[in-house]
Amino acid sequence: MDKKDIKVILATDCGSTTTKAILIEYIEGEYRLTYRGEAPTTVEAPFEDVTRGVLNAIIELEELSKKSILDGEKIISPSLDNRGVDVYISTSSAGGGLQMMVSGVVRNMTGESAQRAALGAGAIVMDILASNDKRLYHEKVKRIRELRPDMVLLSGGIDGGTVSHVVELAEIIKTANPKPRLGMNYKLPIIYAGNNKAQDSIKDTLDDSTDLIMVPNIRPTLEKENLKPSRDKIHDLFMEHVMAQAPGYNKLMKWTDHPIMPTPGAVGEMIKKISEVENISVVGVDIGGATTDVFSVFDGEFNRTVSANLGMSYSICNVLSEAGVSNVSRWVPFEIDSSNLTNRIANKMIRPTTIPQTLEDLKIEQALAREALRLSFIQHKEFAVSLKGVQQERTISDTFDQKMTGETIVDMLKLDLIVGSGGVLSHAPRRSQAMRMLIDSFLPQGITQIAVDSIFMMPQLGVLSTFHEKAAIEVFHKDCLVKLGTCLAPIGQYSKGKDLLTYSFNIDNKIHEGTLKFGEIILIKASLGMHSCKIIPERNVDLGFGKGQIFEGDINGGEVGIVLDGRGREIKFLNDDSSRINQILEWSKNTLEYNEST
Amino acid sequence: MSKSYTPGLKVLKHTKVVKDRLLPLKGEVHVNLDDPVESNTIVASTEIPGNVHMLNIANELNVDANQILDCMFVNEEDHVSKGQVIAQNKGIFGLFKSEVKSPIDGQIMNISKITGQVVIAEKPLPVNVDAYIPGTVTNIYNKEGISVNSLGTFIQGIIGIGSEKKGIIKFLVKSPSDKINVSMIDDSLKNNIIICGSYIDYDVYEKAKKIGVKGIVCGGVDYNTVSKILGYSLGVAITGTENTTTLILTEGFGEIYMAERTFNLLKDNENKMASINGATQIRAGVLRPEIFIASDNESHSQDFSEDDLIISEGSIVRVIREPHFGRLGKIVNLPYELVEMKSETKVRVAEIEFDDNSKEIIPRANLEVILSN
Repeated sequence: MDKKDIKVILATDCGSTTTKAILIEYIEGEYRLTYRGEAPTTVEAPFEDVTRGVLNAIIELEELSKKSILDGEKIISPSLDNRGVDVYISTSSAGGGLQMMVSGVVRNMTGESAQRAALGAGAIVMDILASNDKRLYHEKVKRIRELRPDMVLLSGGIDGGTVSHVVELAEIIKTANPKPRLGMNYKLPIIYAGNNKAQDSIKDTLDDSTDLIMVPNIRPTLEKENLKPSRDKIHDLFMEHVMAQAPGYNKLMKWTDHPIMPTPGAVGEMIKKISEVENISVVGVDIGGATTDVFSVFDGEFNRTVSANLGMSYSICNVLSEAGVSNVSRWVPFEIDSSNLTNRIANKMIRPTTIPQTLEDLKIEQALAREALRLSFIQHKEFAVSLKGVQQERTISDTFDQKMTGETIVDMLKLDLIVGSGGVLSHAPRRSQAMRMLIDSFLPQGITQIAVDSIFMMPQLGVLSTFHEKAAIEVFHKDCLVKLGTCLAPIGQYSKGKDLLTYSFNIDNKIHEGTLKFGEIILIKASLGMHSCKIIPERNVDLGFGKGQIFEGDINGGEVGIVLDGRGREIKFLNDDSSRINQILEWSKNTLEYNEST
Repeated sequence: MSKSYTPGLKVLKHTKVVKDRLLPLKGEVHVNLDDPVESNTIVASTEIPGNVHMLNIANELNVDANQILDCMFVNEEDHVSKGQVIAQNKGIFGLFKSEVKSPIDGQIMNISKITGQVVIAEKPLPVNVDAYIPGTVTNIYNKEGISVNSLGTFIQGIIGIGSEKKGIIKFLVKSPSDKINVSMIDDSLKNNIIICGSYIDYDVYEKAKKIGVKGIVCGGVDYNTVSKILGYSLGVAITGTENTTTLILTEGFGEIYMAERTFNLLKDNENKMASINGATQIRAGVLRPEIFIASDNESHSQDFSEDDLIISEGSIVRVIREPHFGRLGKIVNLPYELVEMKSETKVRVAEIEFDDNSKEIIPRANLEVILSN
């Protein structure tokens, strides 16, 4: 169908637990989200057919919109009057998503490139197999047999480089003879994206026992990474092999007008698109029940990480275990004994769909979310690095700028926008809670805009952006992105109570002036739009422009407003329990985080 | 109409249970359609590849990798014995030859003229799958396994640890709220499955394990106790491979009374043989721990369907989160509008009437349907 004829778009996202359906319509010259419905996902027994959940979610849309979308089990298309849709698209992470193993000769070089390609395509990377990973041959074989990945991305060696090492990796895979996770009757897909000179030997080794596909080298030279051919092939195989094996997907694939994308891959597309269209650096985070995905684009370079066991329900106890009880409880503004706290959290793990009814329970969940987000972002910064192993030429002028290869490219001072997504952020009862969670865990420095995805529709918009950028961007700005405001945070630590800066904001022709002291957090209500301001830091205080440098310009407001965060980077908590509780209650009060009367 | 589902655990008597008994790899099925089987009947078996050993023949013989085929005395798939010479170089003028012996009894998996390596696999390891529950074979999956059909009591727990076990059900308590102490565990309970009421601590579990109790069923334990039993913190609820006494919690973490219906159904089966499995997977492919006791009664009650998970006015439900965690009640009203909770979260709710006639508004997401017959 011609793009200009697309007036009604139906999009679904089949998650592990919930299938979400949205309706986008062309109204008065622009695309807008009009309705949203959801239903439990039905990949598992007793239903074992993903389309049942899809149909239920669409039926909810029909009820809400008073529109006919289905004729029995068939989606009516094209749209006419109040019936049918013009395009139907879908994403999926049901059935555990796409689970891959990747391999490279050197773990930090080709291994990392392969990992980046797989993550960028929306996969969960179960393990990285490398010639130098210090595991013995039989240990690697055993590991592959245990994991049973959906597919393997085999890379290694630059073009014309080592052959024997990459062939050894192929021999390990051949020896392991892994069986795919879904279905016993098809050969495991293996994408070879390594040294082009080793292609014949790889064919000799693997052709009989696996479904081998050749793509151009992921790292043709040390200086260059070529991820796109591998990512594209992963998408193709995801459709042909993995999805085709999952219950009901053969039917769903016939219903959709564009290929089904893995959910995180689609979110990544959307983050890339925002950065590209607005020419800004973006960090996006999607905190789910089982995993937390972090996406970033800095200087046009896209990175995605999946923290596979940092989530708010299925893996909530892993957050507790990795962060430690003390790091979680430091955010809890009341006294609670450790056993009670851990039992409550563990009960959420075994009944993952429950929601906090009491304010205490909500505060505990938001404390855990802060830690899950913090740990995921640390992992992301460690992974989003410049290419390792690149030869660098230095001149005398570089003497004082000794940058190493493999340094993180996540630069908090360059960061323009943080977008949060996922139930705990999007559905937080107060938007100020979402803003605080993002600030407390990501610790933005300088001036950074904060936003949330209103109802988690970035996956659907990501697929839409692949064939109708205008519609995707319009809906993203008008209905998806909720701009919360801006965070201003000086860098570093100072002595308690020290004056950090004076501020003056002109908000709707009213002047707000004051001083921010170290240890304080202040919220200034500022509606959506730009507001002029002047910030004068103290002589040794840096707001990202150099010590003592004044900022004068416009700044974004939002549903929450402008947060002046003088708590330092990192945030320090007071030692004894009652002082700490008072400290965080004060922060909460100043940012209108909770209802004070409760 | 769209449907509003809630999760539900099965607590059923005289129900039909079908279990797929599948091999991890293709193998051989030993029973036929309609055959009667006991819980310990081996129904299918296979062999999983043995551990592998890698020898770098090119290095050992000091030859190039592409020359090793000329040095090999054996071919791929040949069986070799420990100490058997498998490769030898040509030496210097036919003298000073070096040789490589097989370090194990096994089979040659791969000879690579690119890496110069030879892979030898140890003997395959046999894997047997038993029927797990007594019943009748109702389906054969070619070379992959079978389905067993049976009738009896089927109870799902909320989380467990440990694998499939079989044993006689023994009660150590008189009511679902009772707790037991370590002195109540004695040698007479060896190989049995013990029902322990509301709560056990680490000492009780350890004593039971020490004397060889097969399984423990109780309302709850502390999360920290489970961590202590496992030796690590349980980060995600994926269990079942632990080599330990199987533990099944019927309610959750903390000190929680076992649901009365669960307790009574187990009591009806005291001193009978049960099959239990602590395996839990609360993620894609939800799997809950289970207890099954076969019955001689040929009749069975109606099976459950998708519609049984739909809540409506009159449904009997259990609250599964604070502040009314564990209480049973009846839905008296299902308002359509969103209602604001104390947490300020706006949610779909249900009005519940409890046994004492008090009424409370509870988020629908915090309710569990009691699937019982």
